Amino acid sequence: MSRYSALSIFRNGLSGQKNWQRAWRAAEPKPAYDVVIVGGGGHGLATAFYLAENHGIRNVAVLEKGYVGGGNVGRNTTVIRSNYLLDGNTQFYEFSVKLWEGLSQALNFNVMFSQRGQIVTAHSADQLDTFSHRANIMRLNGIDADILDRDAVRRLVPYLDFSETARFPIYGAILQGRAGTARHDAVAWGYARAADGHGVDIIQNCEVTGFVRDGDRIVGVETSKGRIGAGKVGLAVAGHTSVLGQKAGLELPIESHVLQAFVTEPLKPLVDHVVAYGADHFYVSQSDKGGLVFGGNLDGYNSYAQRGNLGVVREVAEAAIALMPCISRVRLLRHWGGVMDMTPDASPIICPTPIDGLYLNGGWCYGGFKATPASGWCFAHTLATGKPHPLIAAYGLGRFRTGHTLDEAGAGPSAWLQ
Amino acid sequence: MLRIECPCCGPRDHDEFRYGGDASVARPAHDDPDPEAWYRYVYVRNNPAGSHREFWQHVTGCRQWLVVERDTTNHTILSVGFARKRPGKCPYE
Repeated sequence: MSRYSALSIFRNGLSGQKNWQRAWRAAEPKPAYDVVIVGGGGHGLATAFYLAENHGIRNVAVLEKGYVGGGNVGRNTTVIRSNYLLDGNTQFYEFSVKLWEGLSQALNFNVMFSQRGQIVTAHSADQLDTFSHRANIMRLNGIDADILDRDAVRRLVPYLDFSETARFPIYGAILQGRAGTARHDAVAWGYARAADGHGVDIIQNCEVTGFVRDGDRIVGVETSKGRIGAGKVGLAVAGHTSVLGQKAGLELPIESHVLQAFVTEPLKPLVDHVVAYGADHFYVSQSDKGGLVFGGNLDGYNSYAQRGNLGVVREVAEAAIALMPCISRVRLLRHWGGVMDMTPDASPIICPTPIDGLYLNGGWCYGGFKATPASGWCFAHTLATGKPHPLIAAYGLGRFRTGHTLDEAGAGPSAWLQ
Repeated sequence: MLRIECPCCGPRDHDEFRYGGDASVARPAHDDPDPEAWYRYVYVRNNPAGSHREFWQHVTGCRQWLVVERDTTNHTILSVGFARKRPGKCPYE
């Protein structure tokens, strides 16, 4: 793999841009690998990269049933942050942000990580108190956090509704300055290219249809391209974890729900930060092309359809205009749905499973994108050593039996209520 | 949008309903001492890609709890019935 650099751009310019290497090889499956990762999304590709980079395990295949970047890694709203409250979440997501900060260099691929800061508005004195609690927890964990009063919020984001008639007046906000966004496709492509550079086979259009067993142990997968042997199998198939888990005999606390995302027509620069609405479920950032990118609640019933319903379009539009009346006449360019693994406590499941040889990375609810580097890092550690990485110790399947759930959303065991 | 054929009120937009989750989950007996049974009741779900039996309540209509059988891959509704075997008198009859 040749490295991208200013010199390579110059050299390829001289030869009419005709001699660029493809970003990763179009690999065909070998009979067997040390590790087979099912799912060529962000988490699967990151896992493969860190298996090679951190653990020297290079005889690895990533199997993707569609194409790289066609699943949730290409369907999210690209927000990256670590403003979590609970032990176990706080440290994990901050580790992820730290990996994001060096990711373009680590991958030799510009993932366009932009630390524009995230502002979550507070709409009552009580809410600002809970945000202060959160900010204190974050600071105790070495994470940047600031509490802003109404005037400070107004100076930063004057286009929000500060009028007398605002439905939920803004009292203040919590700001994480190091939060931001990244180019989601570049994350998939960057990890794919870097993993390929270490010899990982990325096999697209290869759907896993079953598992190969030797006694109780899983020793490979059946795929649309034939049987592939594996020393260990890692599942990273957000949205379809239940479908594949059932084939392996795993019973999981997961429901699949659709979450929609939205993009408006391009505007001149307006939204400098990621802004989240504390009075409803709505958040917005502006892409480099100028479109406002935003999202809201789940559709809220089990679905594998990758398309959403119009009721949620209306609800999200209502929240958008309540927070930002100035965009009431902006046209919506497109919206789409992604299938989320929803867990009962809104935290992921990433751990060895009770089935020998099978490892699970799933249940990211709608927060998987920001976790991509740390998830790959910790899952690679788990696959390489057979034991959970300390940063994901809280994300085991056993927590639902022992009562050690991480219910950040406070929504209880009904996944659709999150 | 889903269009749910309420057996009481007729076809209605799903915005009139509240989702109640997997209807195939059976609650253990009240005095069941087995924590595993309660764990499975609260947390474990089949989550099929395909036919799914689920509860919906017609909150802005007759307020009956229904069991809807729906294909989760394309939202085709296969059947709708009352969640109780012998529903009370329909308020709109």
